[in-house]
Parts: sequence; C-alpha cells; structure tokens
Amino acid sequence: MSFREQFEIPAKYKMWSMILMAVGLVSILIGYFLYGAGDEHQNARFWGVLLYNSVYFLLVVNAAMFFICATTLAMGGWQLSFRRVSEAISVAVIPIGIISFVILIALVLGHQHHIYHWLTPGDDKLILGKKAFLNPTFFIVWTVLTIAGWILLGARMRKISAELDERGPLTKEEGKRYVYKTTVWGSLYLVWFALTVASTVPWLWFMSIDAHWYSTMYSWYTFASSFVAGIALMTLFVIYLKNHGYLELVNQEHLHDLGKFMFAFSIFWTYLWFSQFMLIWYANIPEETVYFKHRVQGPYRGIFFLNLIINFLAPLLILMRRSSKRNYTLLVFMSVLILFGHWIDFYQMVIGSISKDHVELNLFDFGVAAGFIGLIMWSAGNALTKRSLVVKNHPFLKESIIHHT
Amino acid sequence: MAIKKFVVGSFDDEAVLFPAVKKVRKAGYKIHDVYTPFPIHGLDQVMGLRDTSLHTAGFIYGITGTATALSFMGWVFTRDWPLNIGGKPNFPLPAFIPITFELTVLFSAVGMVLTFCYLCQLAPFVKKHHFHERATDDLFVMVLECTSRTNEEDAKAFLASVGAKEINVQVAEADWWLGRYDKDEKLFENKAEKSLA
Repeated sequence: MSFREQFEIPAKYKMWSMILMAVGLVSILIGYFLYGAGDEHQNARFWGVLLYNSVYFLLVVNAAMFFICATTLAMGGWQLSFRRVSEAISVAVIPIGIISFVILIALVLGHQHHIYHWLTPGDDKLILGKKAFLNPTFFIVWTVLTIAGWILLGARMRKISAELDERGPLTKEEGKRYVYKTTVWGSLYLVWFALTVASTVPWLWFMSIDAHWYSTMYSWYTFASSFVAGIALMTLFVIYLKNHGYLELVNQEHLHDLGKFMFAFSIFWTYLWFSQFMLIWYANIPEETVYFKHRVQGPYRGIFFLNLIINFLAPLLILMRRSSKRNYTLLVFMSVLILFGHWIDFYQMVIGSISKDHVELNLFDFGVAAGFIGLIMWSAGNALTKRSLVVKNHPFLKESIIHHT
Repeated sequence: MAIKKFVVGSFDDEAVLFPAVKKVRKAGYKIHDVYTPFPIHGLDQVMGLRDTSLHTAGFIYGITGTATALSFMGWVFTRDWPLNIGGKPNFPLPAFIPITFELTVLFSAVGMVLTFCYLCQLAPFVKKHHFHERATDDLFVMVLECTSRTNEEDAKAFLASVGAKEINVQVAEADWWLGRYDKDEKLFENKAEKSLA
C-alpha cells in the first residue's frame, strides 16, 4: 500500500489563510478606532465582539481534541483514517488560546464592567453572594489553568500519537501498552474538559455577563454548540483533503458517521436549548425571564428564531436522509451552515447580554470571525504538514480501513 | 399461498459464500434468500437487494405522531375545554413540545417495529418454512428459486461447483402461513403435484 501521506500546503490555501488573517487584523484595528475609542457602550461592543469570536473558535478547535479523546476512551477505530486531521485542528488551540487569554485578562484587568458587571459589585447583594466564584483573582487563575490544561494535555495526546510514526508495526503486547497509555492520557484530558468546558468555563466567561441570572443548562448548551461546530469543522477539513487527493482511507462510510455526529449533536443542542428555555418560560419568574425577555420579545427576536431554524430545523430535515450524509456537497453545505449557526448562537449569547436594546451585527463581527478562520487554516495547515496523514502503526487502523456503517 | 420448488445449498464459510453469491447471480439464477446465523456486512449489496424503505415508513409514522399530538392537544385546549393555566395562552406550544416529542417517538417506534415484523414475515402464530435447521447455528444457507426454465440438476451442479457443502431440492411454501407445520407438510405434497406439474 502506498498513500500520499505528506500534506503540502497548496499556494491558494496559504494565500487565503493569509488574506483572512489580514482581514481579521484590519477589522480589529478599524473596530478599535470605530468602537474601542468611543464611549463605554461602544467600547463594550468592541470587547464583546472580540470575546465571543475568540472563545467560539477556541472551543470549536478544542472540540477536535475532545473528539479524539472521547473516541479513544470508547475504543473507537473508525475515526483513525482522519485522526491526524483532528489532531492538526486541535493545534490551533495554542494560538487561539493565547489570544483568548489576552482578551479575557484585558477584560478583567481593564475593568470592563459593562461586560463583566461583577467586577464592580458595589452593594449588590446577589453579586456579593457569588463573590467566591466571581472575583478577578479566581477568574484569572482559573482561565490560566483552563487554557494551559487544554494546550498541555492536547500536546501530550498528539505526542503519543506522533511516537507511533517513529516505531515500526507494533507487536500485540506493544499495542496493548500503547492503547493503555493513550487511554490514560485521553481520560485525563476528558476530566479536565468536563471541569472546564462542560461546567465552569461557560459560567465564568459567558454567563457572568448576566451576573444576576443563572442557568444550570448553560455550560452543556455551550458545550453542545462547540462540539457540533467542531465536528463540522473536521468534516470540512476531511472533505478538503479528500478532494485534493489525500486521505485515501477515508470513504463515504467515515463521512456518513461524521454526518451522523452532526445530526445527532444538532438534536442534542436543541434538546438543551429547549430544556433551558421551556423551564424558564413555564415558571415565568422575573429573575429568570430577564435573560429571554429581549431575546424572544425584544430586538433579538429575529436572530433568536434564525438560530433555531439554522441549528435545529435545517440539520433535522436535511441530514435525516442517509443519502445526504453520504453526499460531499451537502455535507460541506451543512458544515458551513452549522459553523455559521453556532457562531450566531454565540453572538446572541454574548452581545445579546451586553447590548440589550439594539442589535448591531456588521462587517466588524464578520471581519474578526474571518481572522480567526484564517488563523485556524494557517495553524491546522502547518500542523498537517508536520506528520504523516495516516496513523500507520495504530493497532486499530484496520478497523478504520474496513469500516462499514 | 404459493408452493414453489427450491434448490438449497449450504455453505460453512462466509468467505466462500460471498463469491458464490456473486457467481450464482451472474449465472442468472434467481436467489430466493440467503439465511445466515449472524448479520453479514455487505451481503445485501452482493445480493443486489435495494435499500430498505423502513426509515421512510418511520418518518411517516413520526409525522403522524406529531400531527396527532398537536392537533389533539390543540383541539382540547382551544375548542373543547379551554383552561387558564398560569396565565399561559390556550395553545402554549413550548408546553406541548415534550408530549409531541413523546408521541412522535411512540408512533414511529411502534410503527417501525410492526413494519419490520411484516417485512421479515414475523408475527405470533405465523409459520415459515425452514430450509435448514443449522442456518441459525453455523451454516450459511443459499436458497435458489426454481422458475419454469430452471434445470434442477444443473442448478445443483452449479452450487456444488461454487463450494456448497450440502445441496438438496425442497418443495415448500414460499410465504408465511397460519397453522401447524405438520398439517402444511401434508398440504405441500398434494399441492406440489398440481402446481408444479
């Protein structure tokens, strides 16, 4: 068997990643002059856009490593034919993590109390009651630990996988030891992931914008958003590489499973979205409905229902058929739609709380998003060239080759 | 009821079965069915079976469940017996969603199980002819249906040439029927004379 194992970045790919990153930088600069230097509310919009974009793309690329660890723990074999792609995407956690970290720290140290109201609690009893969790020291320490944990544990997982390339085919005993080792490190990552993405981090970074309000569904909801968008991103990369003659081992069966993941987690996202919405709607207690009031009945009404149509109805109706999960064009379309839909979701989660009275969604938002997309392309593209695209010596590789849904 | 004549070949290895199915189809024989002790990936494609339409049926049942739930609850709470519950509107859609979801799942699940049983010709008290008892244990049984142009001896020889271990000819009811095996066994012999003469 001989495969095209080594990815070479096409000139067009490199050019586009550079252009997008330049667009992002220019947008941030223009945004700074338009909003950042303005009054407090304009300033809050500037930082809010940076906040939701950086955290959204950070969680999306981080979901690639979550996918690797979860499938490793489940003793999955089918994903090995494109495992190096997920690994390469998760490399982008390093630059985007650093950018998000800088933004988050700047928010806290810059006393952005229009975003993080809890920075200046005054004599607000509700916020004082949450002081043990919502205070600058804890915020900074936990943010450092969170992002460092993702970067270090992710790097460790990639290193374990890279070691396979240096060795020849594994014996049965070596294979067992390898699976044990990668399972242990994968579960450590998952524990850290559960303590951060699936619980504390969305509370700390996003939910604390509405410091008075709380929802136990919030973190799961954020996690579901980022995971389904992460699967969509992986699908895009897999199809791109496949169309350029790489990844011979990937076929429709693997894409079918990626499509199933997109379908299933879109429904899971809706389940959480609805669980959060219905209980608050039913109980109708003012301190809870404050979150939904301007979203459902106020200026964000359009975006609120657009969110539901793109992220629930479209995947439900389009991805339901078996043939659409095996169709490259439709999968690309759905991946782009889902990435956009959850970006809009993050937009309304953050900006909807910062500026409650009027909706502003303009080229600044899209420009910053383009910058992060360029950064993901650049760093994942570079990471793809570093290693063979096939995890040749993995004990479960055969399972992926003969995979049949 | 349709009594037909079958040539039955039993294989003891799925690696032999796969090419055998391909050759038999290429030679133009009509495969009635292949009975295996466990599901075999890709056998349906080799046999040239079309994709099942069970999922389409499931979708229709699901839609029926959704429509039933919404229209019934809507009728009860807006026409038949409107109640003011916590100041909510008479048609409170979010409150109806869980019940709608459950009825959708119930309808599609029950409907699909029944459809599946029908497609597999399974039902209580219903009988199907067994071509080989060991098809549920360790043999892969390929059954060819004899048409008016099939030469039994040629078919038997062909099955032997593609690797069948045991070959015989059976005259049996092709569909499912209600009743007892012994009673029907007798029926076959009488009817077979007429229908296959």
